[in-house]
Amino acid sequence: MHIPDNFLSTPVWATLDAVSIPAVGLMVKRAGRELEDTSIPLLGVMGAFVFAAQMINFPVGIGTSGHLVGGALLAFTLGAAPATVVMTAIIAIQAFVFQDGGVLALGANVFNMAVAGVLAGYLPFWMWAARRKKAAIFLGAFLSVMVSASLALGELLISGVAMPRPLVLVSMALFAMSALIEGAITISVVQAIERLNPGLVQKPEASNWRSLAVLSGVALVLGLVGFLWASSAPDGIQRLGTQLGLAAQTSFHAPFADYTAFTFDSAWLRRATAGLAGLLLVYAVCVAFGKMIGRRRSA
Amino acid sequence: MHHVLMDQWSQGSSPLHARDPRAKILALLVFLIVLATTAPNAFSALVIDAAVLLAGILIAGLPPISLLMRAAVVLPFSLAFGLISWLAGDRLRALGLVEKSYLSTVAVLLVVGTTPLPLLLSGLEALGTPRLLALVAQFIYRYLFVVSEQAQHLRLAAACRQGRERQRRLGFRAAAGALAVLFARSYYRAEGIHRAMMARAFSGKFALFRRLQFRLSDGFFTLAVTAFLILVRIQ
Amino acid sequence: MTPLIEVRDLYYQYEDGTQALDGVNFTLNVGETVAVFGANGSGKTTFVLHLNGILRGQGHVRVCGIEVNKDTLVRVRSKVGVVFQDSDEQLFMPTVLEDVAFGPLNLGLPSDQAIATAKTALAQVGMEHALGKAPYHLSAGEKRRVALAGVLAMQPEILVLDEPTTFLDPPAQRNLVHLLESLSQAKLIVTHHTRFAAALATRAVFFEKGKLVADGPVDEIVQRFNWIYPALDAADLRYSAQRRF
Repeated sequence: MHIPDNFLSTPVWATLDAVSIPAVGLMVKRAGRELEDTSIPLLGVMGAFVFAAQMINFPVGIGTSGHLVGGALLAFTLGAAPATVVMTAIIAIQAFVFQDGGVLALGANVFNMAVAGVLAGYLPFWMWAARRKKAAIFLGAFLSVMVSASLALGELLISGVAMPRPLVLVSMALFAMSALIEGAITISVVQAIERLNPGLVQKPEASNWRSLAVLSGVALVLGLVGFLWASSAPDGIQRLGTQLGLAAQTSFHAPFADYTAFTFDSAWLRRATAGLAGLLLVYAVCVAFGKMIGRRRSA
Repeated sequence: MHHVLMDQWSQGSSPLHARDPRAKILALLVFLIVLATTAPNAFSALVIDAAVLLAGILIAGLPPISLLMRAAVVLPFSLAFGLISWLAGDRLRALGLVEKSYLSTVAVLLVVGTTPLPLLLSGLEALGTPRLLALVAQFIYRYLFVVSEQAQHLRLAAACRQGRERQRRLGFRAAAGALAVLFARSYYRAEGIHRAMMARAFSGKFALFRRLQFRLSDGFFTLAVTAFLILVRIQ
Repeated sequence: MTPLIEVRDLYYQYEDGTQALDGVNFTLNVGETVAVFGANGSGKTTFVLHLNGILRGQGHVRVCGIEVNKDTLVRVRSKVGVVFQDSDEQLFMPTVLEDVAFGPLNLGLPSDQAIATAKTALAQVGMEHALGKAPYHLSAGEKRRVALAGVLAMQPEILVLDEPTTFLDPPAQRNLVHLLESLSQAKLIVTHHTRFAAALATRAVFFEKGKLVADGPVDEIVQRFNWIYPALDAADLRYSAQRRF
């Protein structure tokens, strides 16, 4: 799920870099308001924990094993904004120190896992933790993996990376399995943590169902965008990508020229807007969600 | 372990090690962007890019074979996707994927191999990364290997108590328990760090430990690399 | 002469109601090295955490004449330096130099002065060669010395060491003894390692269930409470086998 450099087309990684910077900046500001510098070691050690936890294998049937990704768990124990900060730091370290994921692709990986993944994970928890805790935790963990993986797949497809349909379906099935494993692991770990010290798990307010209507729609969009992109005919997505000029196919000789071309071509611009709107919609939703948490907390 | 190697490499002393991290980060970004926008079949440009990297490796005094092998971690991904693209008829993309993602990885390794991570983080912070983010990353790196070792010990201890001859992996509940213990230990470790910080009169904000000085040589380095790469690209 | 540390009627209760400190009275004078003995959970570490205000209970704690309360914390913490048991928790900065400079920076020294002070402290403990090293790469003994340097850099008048021999092999323990002997500060050493304590301390106190029940010469306390470090001969082994934990 960590996309290396040169897998995504230039407009895609550049857009995601441009989108991630303010998104992460917003979450950093939120986290900064919620926490003091004295909490920085806690965030750091928890990040180290997630890294280390990824090394512990959980058996899930014959020959397969999964491991914790951790975005949702961080959100449930530290809160959404701190979790984004920690995940961003983790992804950056993975890219630089372990060459797991690209540097130009940091925007994409951070957006998928630290922003969208964490928010998609925290949303069910925030809404339902008071009433149906186990289900909320499981759903949150499930969504965090599902959304981040689907977004990654969608970004690859829209960049024009060839993926025949059966491969896409197999990938989605694998994502779903990983997501289920994440849900199972997260639940058992959260329960074990609560037995040790209940204060370590976040307690969202008792009733947030006033925003339920809007936010159910949000959850639906987040899930749908991911599913829609990857599960519909990959060739269709590729064609869309080519039409949008995001996937430069044969004219490699002057990609810079292509880049300047699309700023002048108004028809292309309309199509590009439509295509990128999907990405930006997800981002806008995350920002709105973040602001809504802010309003609730300060109320 | 890998990190030990990287730490060793980055503690060396060469003209490249001595450069301000900001200069190296900027040069890296230029390289990556130029590479990303280079056509997969512009072989002369790619060969020159590779030569630049190799020159960097030699100037830095890093072991070339070791570094080039380390960069091969990206190959399983790129070869797999490349194969699919090749079979789908998009040979150019297949080629581009493999050669460019490998070169990108070598470039990143070169920079990280000549810059200790705390210094790299200072450079990123000076270039605009939020302080909270840089500090969190600094602490993650500090405790990464400590907690990983703990995780290994927990796995080993649990595996020893398993009683099942054939299975080396933990049962699901055992693994969850191990994670919970690791979590708790990490949390209490954070409390211990907090006490140690307070004991040394921590006043609420981490003071800036100024270690960067952007010199003329750094500016010259970045400009020279940038100009060269762009020239190569344009040809 | 004003005592360096004065503790009068100190009481402290945990959240669950356990009385961790039950009326402790203690004095530390200039030039003294005092060993703190007691079973695990008897209140030794809790006591130590009151000396620099990390915990605040009922009663009086005065450090170098300064009453410990929430307004005097920075001053107090510059007077009493604590070396904790877990060096990994104490060395939390990315490099040795940066960690040792942490204290001076907090006390308001400008960057270059803090670095100079840190280098001096590192030289005092014999770790000046490790300036740029990451703490992860140091041995237990080296980490202990760097932790001590981090405390010395703040130029305290009192050193408190909590189980300083933990994880140290015998040569490292010997080195630590020599190093501590060379330091002029008054010292409080919490330890199970009676021989280590006897090498450095003239006086010892004994904690039992939150109370300080004895105060006297090291040998006397050790004899009285049978706080011996078991020698491996048959008589002692038989005796140890009979003891209950």
